[in-house]
Amino acid sequence: MFTISGSPHIHGDESTKKIMYGVVYAMIPAMLVSIYFFGLGAVRVLLIASISCLFFEWVIQKYLIKGPVTIFDGSALVTGMLLAFNVPTNLPSWMIIIGALVAIGMAKMSFGGLGKNIFNPALVARVFLLISFPVQMTSWPKPRAITEGIADVITGPTPLSVVKEGLDAGKTMSELQESLPTYMDYLIGQMGGSMGEISAIALILGGLYMIWKKIITWEIPVSILITVFVFSGVLWFIDPQYNADPAFHLLTGGLMLGAIYMATDMVSSPMTRGGQLLYGFGIGLLTILIRIWGAYPEGVSFAILLMNAAVPLINSGFKPRRFGAKPGIELGS
Amino acid sequence: MGILKTFALGGIHPAENKLSASIPIEIVPIPQQAIVPLGQNLGAPSRPVVQRGDKVKVGQLIAEASGFISTNIHSPVSGSVLKIDGAIDSTGFKRPCIIINVEGDEWDEQIDRSDDLVKEINFSAEEIIDKIKQAGLVGMGGATFPTYVKLMPPPGKKAEYLIINGVECEPYLTSDHRLMLEKGQEVIVGTKILMKALKVEKAFIGIENNKPDAINHLTELTKSDKSILVIPLKVQYPQGGEKQLIKAALNREVPSGKLPIEVGCVVQNVGTAFAAYEAVQKNKPLIERVVTVTGKSVKKPSNLLARIGTPIRELIDAAEGLPENTGKIIGGGPMMGKAVTSLDVPVVKGSSGILIMKEDESSRKTESACIRCSKCTTVCPMGLEPYLLSKAAKLGKYDIAETEMIMDCIECGSCQYTCPASIPLLDYLRLGKGKVGNIIRNRNKK
Repeated sequence: MFTISGSPHIHGDESTKKIMYGVVYAMIPAMLVSIYFFGLGAVRVLLIASISCLFFEWVIQKYLIKGPVTIFDGSALVTGMLLAFNVPTNLPSWMIIIGALVAIGMAKMSFGGLGKNIFNPALVARVFLLISFPVQMTSWPKPRAITEGIADVITGPTPLSVVKEGLDAGKTMSELQESLPTYMDYLIGQMGGSMGEISAIALILGGLYMIWKKIITWEIPVSILITVFVFSGVLWFIDPQYNADPAFHLLTGGLMLGAIYMATDMVSSPMTRGGQLLYGFGIGLLTILIRIWGAYPEGVSFAILLMNAAVPLINSGFKPRRFGAKPGIELGS
Repeated sequence: MGILKTFALGGIHPAENKLSASIPIEIVPIPQQAIVPLGQNLGAPSRPVVQRGDKVKVGQLIAEASGFISTNIHSPVSGSVLKIDGAIDSTGFKRPCIIINVEGDEWDEQIDRSDDLVKEINFSAEEIIDKIKQAGLVGMGGATFPTYVKLMPPPGKKAEYLIINGVECEPYLTSDHRLMLEKGQEVIVGTKILMKALKVEKAFIGIENNKPDAINHLTELTKSDKSILVIPLKVQYPQGGEKQLIKAALNREVPSGKLPIEVGCVVQNVGTAFAAYEAVQKNKPLIERVVTVTGKSVKKPSNLLARIGTPIRELIDAAEGLPENTGKIIGGGPMMGKAVTSLDVPVVKGSSGILIMKEDESSRKTESACIRCSKCTTVCPMGLEPYLLSKAAKLGKYDIAETEMIMDCIECGSCQYTCPASIPLLDYLRLGKGKVGNIIRNRNKK
C-alpha cells in the first residue's frame, strides 16, 4: 500500500520550533550583556521567568485544557525570556512568577494559545506588573561590570526618567546632560533599565540575525525607528533645550527591544508589508507621544499593545497585491 | 548574463533534485496490454469508436472528441481491443478505459516513422489547427487542456506572442529538459508550426537557468532566426505556471479570472511543441511521450519514451525496479503531482513524471497552530492570503473565500510547502475552490 495525500508532496524545512529557537538565539547577545552588567540578578530573572512560563503553559495545557502539551515548541520559552528582558533584574521573584502567569495564562492561553493571542504576552505581563508594582518595576539596579563585584544593590533611574523628571522640574537638556550616560554607554548598555533593553548594539545584532533567518521582516523595526527618529527630531529641532535629541530617544528605554523583539512578534503583528509599515509608524508615533506628553517616561510597551489591538483592522485594510488585479494604489505586498 | 528575469510576486525555491538531467531518453518496451483512459484531457472525456474484439493499429483513432473541449485518442499499440471497462487511473478512481491486448507493432501507414527532420511547413493555419485537433494534442505540461482550442483565440482576441514553456520548475522532473536537448530542432519547427497556426510573428522560449545546456542549444538553433527568442529565467517555483511565465517573459499580468489571450499570449509546453511537429510534419498522433522516472531511492533515474497506456510498473522496471522502502508514488512532480494508488495506473498524455518517494519522505509533518507568520502570503505567486482562505474554507465561509479571490489560486502548493506549522493549506484551498466554483456556476445559471 502506498501513502496517498494531496500535493505538495515535499515540505520546506521551516518549523514553528525553528522560528522560536531562532528568536532565542537572537536574544543571546543581549542576554550576555545583561549578565555582564547586572550579574546574577539577570540570571535569576531569566531562569525564573522562563521556567515559570514553561510551567504555567504545561499546567494549563495538561490540566485545564486537557489537550496536547506543546511546551517544547519554543514559544513559551520565548515569552519567558522576553518577560525577563522586560523587567528590572532586582524584581522580587514572586512578582516575576505573577508576570509569567499573566503572560501565559491571561494573554496567551485564554485567547486560545499559540497563534490566537491578540496582544504580545510578555508585554501584557510587563504592563500588568508596571501598573501593579510601580515602585519595584521602576527601580533599576545600576549597571556595573561583573568584574567590579557581584552583589549590587544600588538602584538608579533610567536615562528616560532622568530626562522626564528633569524637564518636568523645569531644567533644560544642557543642565541634565551631566547626569546622563554617554552615547557610547547607550550603545553598549552601560545604563539603567530593564534586563534586556540596555544594549542597543546587542539587540541590533540579534535583529540582523532574525532578518537574515527570515524570522522577522525589516519593515516593522525600521518603520518604528524612523518614525521615532523623525518625530523626536522635529521636536528637538524646534526646541533642543526642552526636548531630548532623536539619538537619545532611539537608544534609551525599551525602544530597541520593543522595535526588534516585541513589535515583530508574528502572532500579534500585521501580515502584509503595507500593514507592517503602518503598524510600525503607529508604534513610533505613540511611543514619542507617551514619552513626551504622557505620565510615564517610557511608552514603547503601551504603544505596541495599542497597535496590537489595531492589527485585525490593519489586516483587513491592507491586502497583498493580487496578481492580475487592476492597477492602482497598492499598499500591500 | 545580467539580472535574470522572473515573475514578481512570491515564489519558492525547493531543492531541485534533477537527478535524471544528464540521462538520455530511452525507449520503454511496448507493454503486453495497454490501458488507455478515455478521460485524458481537461474537459469532456472522449467517446470510444472501437468495440471489443476490433483489431487496431498504432495511431488508429479509437476514441473521438465528445465536445468542444475534448480530444481524439489514438491507439498507442497494435492488437485487439480486449474490453472497454473501468480501470484505476491516476485519479485513484475506476474510470472507463480502452484495454488493448498487444499483438506486434503494426503502425498506421500514413505515419512517417523516419527520423528525418522536416523543416518546411506546407500547411495553412487552418490545416495546422485541424491536424493538431485530429492528432489529439493536449497541453503536455500536466494541465492537458486541448491544444487546438488554445490555437483558436475567441472572436475579438488576437494573439501577439507565443510563449513556449521550457521552464520545468517542478523539482525532479527532466522530461522537457531532455526533449529540448535531444529533439531541439523538432521543438523549434514545432514552435514555428504553432506560430503559424496562431499567426504571430514572435515566440519566446522560457527556460530556467538550471538548464544552461538547453538554453545554449536552443539559442544556437535559433541564432539566425529573429522570430524566436530564448529567454533564460531565474530558477523560481512556480515559474512554469502560465500566468507566472507570461509575467516573467513579458512583464504582462493576466487579469484575475481571465485567460492568457487577454494579454495577447498563448503558452504551450515544449512537449506540446514537439507533439505539434510530429502531428503536422509526420502525421503522428499523440501516442507516446517522455516520462521522467525518478526519486532519491530509484536505482536508475531515467527519462523514458513510453507509449500512452503503458502501466507505470513497466516504467519503474525500466528504472531498475521499485525500491523496497517506497512509501509513495507520485504521478507528476512533487509540488503538483498526484499520489497514485497502484502500479497498474497507465501513462497518459499529461504524465510528465513518476516520482518515487521513500517511506520517510512520504508522510506529512504533524500540523500545529498557525502562528500568523505570513510566510504563506509572502510566497503566494497570486498575491493571495492562503491562511485566510484555508480558514474560510475550513469554516464553510465560502462568501469570504470568494471575495478574497480563492478562484485565483493556481494550486501550486507554495504556501503549504513553506508553512512552518505544516498546515495542509492547499487541501483546504482545493476544497474551498470546489465549493466556491459550484456556487458561482449555480449563480450564473439563474
